Amino acid sequence: MIQVNELKKEYIQKGQMITAVNSISFEVEKGEFFSLLGPNGAGKTTTISILSTILSPTSGNVLINKINVEEDPHKIRQHIGVIFQDPSLDDRLSAQENMDFHGRLYGMSPADRLRRSELLLKMVDLWDRKNSLVRTFSGGMKRRLEIARGLMHRPLLLILDEPTIGLDPKSRRDIWHYIHEARKEWGMTILLTTHYLEEADGADRVAIMNKGKIVAMDTPSKLKQSLGPGLVTLEIPPDKMDQVKNTLLTFYDVRHFSLETESTLKFPMPSSVSSPAVFLQSLPPVLTGFSVGTPTLDDVFISLTGDQQSINI
Amino acid sequence: MINEPDQSRLILDLLSEPEQSMTSYAHLRRDLRGIYTLWLRDVIRLWRDRVRLIGSFIQPILFLFVLGGGLKGRVLSQGSPSNYQVFIFPGIILMSILFTSSFAGMAVVWDREMGFLKEVLVAPISRTAVVIGKILGGASNSLIQGLFLLALAPFLKVFPSVGQILMMFGVMVIVSLSQTAMGIALSARMSSSQGFMVLMNFIVLPIYFLSGAMFPLTHLPIWLSVLSQMDPLTYGVDLMRGILLGTFYYSIYRDILIIMFFGILMLYISVRQFQRD
Ligand SMILES: Nc1ncnc2c1ncn2[C@@H]1O[C@H](COP(=O)(O)OP(=O)(O)O)[C@@H](O)[C@H]1O
Ligand SMILES: [Mg+2]
Repeated sequence: MIQVNELKKEYIQKGQMITAVNSISFEVEKGEFFSLLGPNGAGKTTTISILSTILSPTSGNVLINKINVEEDPHKIRQHIGVIFQDPSLDDRLSAQENMDFHGRLYGMSPADRLRRSELLLKMVDLWDRKNSLVRTFSGGMKRRLEIARGLMHRPLLLILDEPTIGLDPKSRRDIWHYIHEARKEWGMTILLTTHYLEEADGADRVAIMNKGKIVAMDTPSKLKQSLGPGLVTLEIPPDKMDQVKNTLLTFYDVRHFSLETESTLKFPMPSSVSSPAVFLQSLPPVLTGFSVGTPTLDDVFISLTGDQQSINI
Repeated sequence: MINEPDQSRLILDLLSEPEQSMTSYAHLRRDLRGIYTLWLRDVIRLWRDRVRLIGSFIQPILFLFVLGGGLKGRVLSQGSPSNYQVFIFPGIILMSILFTSSFAGMAVVWDREMGFLKEVLVAPISRTAVVIGKILGGASNSLIQGLFLLALAPFLKVFPSVGQILMMFGVMVIVSLSQTAMGIALSARMSSSQGFMVLMNFIVLPIYFLSGAMFPLTHLPIWLSVLSQMDPLTYGVDLMRGILLGTFYYSIYRDILIIMFFGILMLYISVRQFQRD
């Protein structure tokens, strides 16, 4: 469905060149749910703007449905639904009018527009507000309307750029519900960007992006497995910290910690360890806490980018 | 949440419309529909904002009846027109058209700030269609302004014939289109409405004052004469004054040709500016 080859995008800003996307390549299968995960400024929106034919790449190429986005943007646009990171509704028009204008722009017949907008507005629970101007809507309602609008013309590919950012937990859940429903019904391909790790966890495959590059790409479970058997968290009295660190270094060669405070250490389980119990016995008997957790995508991200800061803000 | 009957309808719905193949004729039809859609949106929004529409009539009315009325019948200097109020009438109509047309560019900047422009740019219509749709929407607004002011003619004891009214209408159409094209061209790369305001003041006010809307083109200092000849609006003023008052300074053909040329140039620039980067 999507093939991205050596895609690069540079911006010139105030005479300075910023490489927002730095030669990334990936493919998304038809019907797949693919997620781009990365912190702010990673280049996700830029990538999506190129895929949705708003921007042209500096170099590299993008094929959607085997059509080059540079050669025939028209043909592609018809099959893509885009939900942008920032709002893109006309707030002086009503919900129904926003739907209707979208349908018109995509060449839908009047009867089809009427039927579709009713169906989708009901799906996102906005049918009773269909005649209200969008400026009177809350953030969550606007987002729901944008999702309904993006589905209006039956896209084969739905692109969502941080669709749940700034929403309350209920709205986030609802939005996921609608997307999954729509996907179940007609096997849409979904490309989603997010910096919420739980959201990427539901994807078929995840590409982790950082500073314009893809640093890892796999299924969420494989990405987590790559971290080894688990993540160890130790609670240590601050005055015994050095002693424990020394033991870890001499016996297990542990030098890097994914989290380090004055009383906790967090690091991947060393591969030489056969069982957590044996590992615990080999440590100095000063610990006040010990736990082994399965790695999360957060841990994957931190181990890949060396960034101490969690991206799940 | 989705209830059962809706789900089955969603499936049926998918099967109901087979994918059509796109010929170049289909592209053209899609573009025409896109142009119509964008125009329709502008008209709906204009209608919804009636208060602003009515408010926008106030400025030209003040110019016409207060400034024009105050100066009426006074001999200002050698060569001034005998009835200044009637003399500036075409100029006031064009002022209104010029300001409204340029304002169409502001609407584009607002669309960009609001984010709606992206929705239009990912839609399956060409950028040329987007630009033409915006020009037609803005020009319709200008035309309404112009026609309203023309309807005030009897208050100035000017009674145009049907032929004159039709010719005035034609002039308003081409001037509205070409000035709106300028407004859109200016808006293409502007991301803030404040920035656009500043740009407007730098461009629109000189265009207005140099056009001879408020003074005759005879006996001008040379620098003013040269600048006024470079101003596209000068020829619109000349056309309207010629039609309504019977005195052309240039020729009717020259006026029409220059306005159309300017409009097409601006359309070309707008389309170029709206391409992806
Ligand atoms: N229009 C632009 N002009 C200049 N720089 C930009 C522009 N858009 C984005 N950038 C820069 O490109 C980088 C990637 O941005 P973006 O694609 O928005 O990342 P993300 O969506 O992952 O947060 C950032 O450093 C950002 O500052
Ligand atoms: Mg972004």
